[in-house]
Order: sequence, then C-alpha cells, then structure tokens
Amino acid sequence: MPHLTMIEALRDAMDVMLARDPQVIVFGEDVGYFGGVFRCTSGLQKKYGEERVFDTPINESAIVGLGIGMAAQGMKPCVEIQFADYVFPAYDQITQEAARIRHRSNEQFSCPLVIRMPTGGGIFGGQTHSQSPEALFTHVAGLKVVQPATPYDAKGLLIASIECPDPVIFLEPKRLYNGPFNGDHKAPAQSWKTHALGEVPEGHYAIPIGKARVHREGEAVTILTYGTMVFVAEAAVEKAGIDAEIIDLRSLLPLDLEAIEASVRKTGRCIVLHEATKTSGLAGEIIACVQEACFYHLEAPIQRVTGWDAPYPHALEWDYFPGQDRVCRALEAVMEV
Amino acid sequence: MSSHTKLCFAHPPARPGDQPDFSALEIPAAGALPVPPLDIVAQDCIEHANSLIRVMDDHGAAVGPWADYLSDMEPEALREGLRHMMTSRIIDMRMMNAQRQGKMSFYIQGIGEEAIACGFQRRLKPGDMNFPTYRQQGLLIAGGYPLEKLIGQFYSNAYDPLQGRQLPTLHSARDYGYFTVSGNLGTQYVHAVGWAMANALTGKDNLAVGWIGDGSTASNDFHTALLSASSYWPPVILNVVNNQWAISTYTGVARGHGRTYAARALGYGIPALRVDGNDYLAVLAVTRWATERVRAGLGAILIEWYTYRVGAHSSSDDPSAYRPKDEAKAWPLGDPIERLKQHLILRDEWSEARHVQAEAEILAEVIEVQKRVEAAGTMIDPKPIPGASIFKGVYADMPEHIRRQRQEMGV
Repeated sequence: MPHLTMIEALRDAMDVMLARDPQVIVFGEDVGYFGGVFRCTSGLQKKYGEERVFDTPINESAIVGLGIGMAAQGMKPCVEIQFADYVFPAYDQITQEAARIRHRSNEQFSCPLVIRMPTGGGIFGGQTHSQSPEALFTHVAGLKVVQPATPYDAKGLLIASIECPDPVIFLEPKRLYNGPFNGDHKAPAQSWKTHALGEVPEGHYAIPIGKARVHREGEAVTILTYGTMVFVAEAAVEKAGIDAEIIDLRSLLPLDLEAIEASVRKTGRCIVLHEATKTSGLAGEIIACVQEACFYHLEAPIQRVTGWDAPYPHALEWDYFPGQDRVCRALEAVMEV
Repeated sequence: MSSHTKLCFAHPPARPGDQPDFSALEIPAAGALPVPPLDIVAQDCIEHANSLIRVMDDHGAAVGPWADYLSDMEPEALREGLRHMMTSRIIDMRMMNAQRQGKMSFYIQGIGEEAIACGFQRRLKPGDMNFPTYRQQGLLIAGGYPLEKLIGQFYSNAYDPLQGRQLPTLHSARDYGYFTVSGNLGTQYVHAVGWAMANALTGKDNLAVGWIGDGSTASNDFHTALLSASSYWPPVILNVVNNQWAISTYTGVARGHGRTYAARALGYGIPALRVDGNDYLAVLAVTRWATERVRAGLGAILIEWYTYRVGAHSSSDDPSAYRPKDEAKAWPLGDPIERLKQHLILRDEWSEARHVQAEAEILAEVIEVQKRVEAAGTMIDPKPIPGASIFKGVYADMPEHIRRQRQEMGV
C-alpha cells in the first residue's frame, strides 16, 4: 500500500471525487493554477480543467456564499479557506446560511458543501496562522465538524465529507501535513512516508462522520483528543508509562458519544486534550457529556489540557502549545486519586 | 483639529412635521431613454445607470422605444398583472390587520412596490430561481403560488409549508423559483451568483435573480456578489429595490457620495439600468430586455428599481417617528396600481367600475382563503405543530445527540 503525506492524501480524495462525480468542484484562493499554498490541490486544475478547479478573489464570504448557492442547487463544492484564521468573513454565511438552509426551508433546499481549512499551530505562524476555531463551529446546529490526524483518515473523511448531504467544516491540522508530531519541536521531523498510519489505499473509501478511532488501547485512563494532539498524547503516555486509552475523536460534531462513554466507563478516568484555548472550548462540552453519562464510573476529576487563553504567540509558541509535559502532569493528577 | 475636516451626515429632505419634499429628484420624461444593445458594456451604461427608464407618461400612455418590449403583452395579460398587484395589496392590508388583531406574530408589507416583483416574475421561466427579500411576495403571487400556502406561512399552522420555522413572509418555494428567504439581509445576493454559476457549470439554461434593498447594498454581501458576478460572468440578474428607507434610515446614508445604486455596478464592470419601479410597463419591458441579455450568455446585469416604501418597514415599525406622515402621497412617481389602471382605462381596456368589481372579487377570494387558513390555528387560537418537528431537518440524518434531546423533550 502506498504511503502518502496528509497533503497527498487530501489531494487524492479530491482527485477521486472529481473523477467520480461531475457535481464536485474545487475552488478557493490560489487553489487553481498554483495548486494551493499548501499544495493540496496541485495538479487538479490541469487534470480536470478550469470549470472544476479554479481560483477566487481574496474574499472568504464569496468562497462560501457562492458554494452555498451551488450546493443548494445540487452541486458538491469542496472549497478551501487558506487558513482557518481567515474564515471569519464567511462566518455569517456558514453559521446563518449554510447551517440552516435545510431546516428553515423544511428540506426544500440543502447545502452539501465542504469547507476545508488548515488549523492549529506549531509552525511559527503567529496569531493569524495558528488558531484552532473548532468550537466556534461545533456550537452551530446544522454543521458537521471533522478533523483527521492521519493521512488515511484525511482521505477517507474528506471523501465522506464531500458525499455528506450537509455542510462540513473540514479542519486540517497543518502541523501534521507532512508527518506526525509528538510535541517535541527540537526532535527531527518525522515523515508519513515511513509511518504506519501514512499508508493510504488507492481509490474510493469513506470513513463515516461521527465515528471516533481508538488510537491506542489502554485500561488506566481515557484521553479524548484529536488533530495535532493525538501524537503528543501518545508520546506523553509512553513517557509517563501509563496504560492510557487514546481516542482520536475525528468527528467533533457530532461527537461519537457511544465510543467516548464506553471508554470512560471502562477506564474510570478521563483527560480531554486540545490545542485550542480553554475557556468555552470543546473540552468543556466533552467533559459535560462525560459527566452526564459516566459520573458514577469516574474515579477522579476529569482533567483538561488546552492552549492558554491568550492569542497564539509567534516566538513563544512552545510556551503556549500544550506539550508532553503538561499532558504528563494531567496524567499524574488523574491517576493520583 | 483642522476646520477643513468635517464629516458629512446624510439627511432626508423632510422629517415629521415638515412638508414632504421630493424637489431634488431628477425625473426624466417617459420614453426619453433609448434601449441599449443587449451586449452593452459598463462604460457605455453611464446614462442608463444614472437616469430613469420610464415607459408610462403622466396620462398613462406607453411611449418611447422601451414600449416595443411590450409587444407580446395583450390587454388581457396586463389586466392579469393588475390583478396580481391588487392581490398583493389586499393580502398586505388583510394581514396587517390580522397581525394587529394578534393572529400572527409579525408581518412585512410591500405596499407601493407591487409592480416590481409582480412584473418581474412575468418574464421568468420554469427553473429560474429568485433569491428574494421579504418584500418580494409579488413574485409568488404572479407565479401562481397557491394562496393557502402563502397565507398559511404567515399563520405558522398546518397550512404552513415551512412548519412554523420562519417568521411570516420569509417563504421558501423551490418549485415556484423562490429560494428560502433569510432574515439576515444581503447574504442571499451571493447565493444568487453561486446558483447562476452552477447553472452555467452544469449546462442549465436558466437564470438566477438576486434581490436586495437599498439599505442592504451597504452589506459586504452586495460587494461580494458584484465582485463574483464580475469575476465569473454568470447568468444572473442583480436587482436593487431602492424604496428610499432602510427601516428608519434615509437611503442617503447607504448611498453616501454615490449618485445612484445602479452606478455602483459600473465600477465592477457590470452594466446597470435604473428604472421607475412604480411603472408596471417599465418593469415588464426592462425585465424582458434583461432576461434576453442574460439568457443569451452576455453576462450579468444590475437593475436599480426606484420606488417608495409606502408602508412601515414591518409590523414592528412606526414611520411617523422619522418621516412625514403624508410623504407617500407626495411621491412623484405615483402608485403602481393606479398607474396601470389608468393605462388600461386610457386604452379602453378597463374602467373604474370593473376595477371596483375586481377589487371586491379579489377581496372575497382572499377572505375565503384567510378564513380557511385561520380555522387551522392562529396565535390567538393556536393549534400547534408537534414540538418534535423542531429536530427534523437539522441534518439529513439525525445524530445521536439530537436523538437524545428529542427523547428529553418527551417524544
């Protein structure tokens, strides 16, 4: 089976869907002739032509608003926002229009639109190329929000998203584009090309939205996480020598409640880990769900490890990033009781 | 601080207590403007974007070159148009009363603006899609939408195709070319361009039609839509209904130092026309021209329909607080129903007596439908839609967390 980077896997997903379904089109800033600033759409315009893959002006509300108009008619646009940090001019279109068209029209119209965007930090991007805005979308009924952590999941989830009859916010952890990252920025970069999870089958396959993945089985504690933090959790668990179960949520809206609850009931302990800021972050929602369903199984207070409540700092990003040490401290705390 | 740098704040010509004053309006004679070639480019459109296309003169006669675009409209077709406008107005008056009686939560009327939506719809074909605001119900009326659905939507009862999900007047009627109306203004102007792009990309020979008010041209969506239409040149007509008032805000605030809304399109390279929106014949003529242009693949066009919002913005608004009470009567472009009536009378195709009779017939029909719909529940005597319907259609398939909430609701 070939090994692909996450970028290649995403491109492969769009390639597969452009070939299979004439209603699929791809557009965004720099995605056409050039192939995107992260090269995710490289070669697609040449292969499918300008009517299927094209450039847009720098106007996110146009990218999403046009996509809504096309999707309402039955096309399946897969659009790119260059960085998640740039999505906010389109926030009105996403939250007030895309998310509601099916419901408010009593299903006369729908919005099968995919909005891809690179998210997260650890790339010296400063505060406008590093944010993790998932909670601003998971708060919106009518949207689906996903984030893969591996090339295999990236391809399968993007195919599922393009086939989804409802709008999907597709968050791409850009720190994982080329290889897994365990949070140690001084260690040599790893590549997906030599990693087991870099194996990506050819052709069409879909990973259902709403299903989590068990990244590491364990008995002592459940770590609920996603995106960039999956491999940070893995390294921290090895370092701490604790038999933790790591759940890669993959789907942030809807959450895989059954998988979350089954794991926490088994281990009786829980840590929620994300890179996004803490206050009103997704961890708060996940912790509420866990205590609603699993309170009497819990042996210790639930811990959360997140980015600090500050703008993502450029030169100080490793002070900001919730790395292995902070996860280890949470593991100690949750195991202490 | 320099005394040279004072800000400008636009003011209407008259406020409550003042005499209405429209003396600053420049109104050319009917028939004065030529018909441009269908493939006109923006830079040749300066006169059409800044003046006013008018067809009916002060006596009600159709004059000038635009009248040629009415050759397909027999008197019977014009009488039908009159009937559409009268139906729209009678529904507005009945529903405003019903709202005042507490039978519905809210209502938005379009009195004085009937010619625009009612006339425009006559030139559309099956498969064309409007992206209306709440003030274009005339599109549905002229499009033959069943009155019990139209009125049912206001009452949010079993007759409501939207099952009580939307404020009254925010219809959705896909089969009648009427996109689901958003209460967030402007957003759908961009959708119209996207829909038109999809038509072109999938080889459909249909138009998309964007609608926006003068006030909402201030939104980013207006500029986003014009930019997108300029970049990709899809088969879209972008309408601006300039009714002089954005709730209480005078149109000059949104217009700023621009002369007209139509002229804004020229900077985007989109040709634009400015039209007397109270002239039903001008609406028919210009819309025929515009649809022919766009259907021929000659690209986007913007039309500013110049009119006056006779009623309050909505049932929650009181215009006597910000404009003279009798300003509507002073509007120099008259009333669209009166004007078409005069035209038909001038041609001996209508009479005062027939008009009174038609009014009575339409009123009886509307009352009959209204009674039938009210029997299915009003806000005074509600017969609610099942609460569990809230969860239907949030997604195509119900996810687990919503299934649990539905259970929590007790169903």
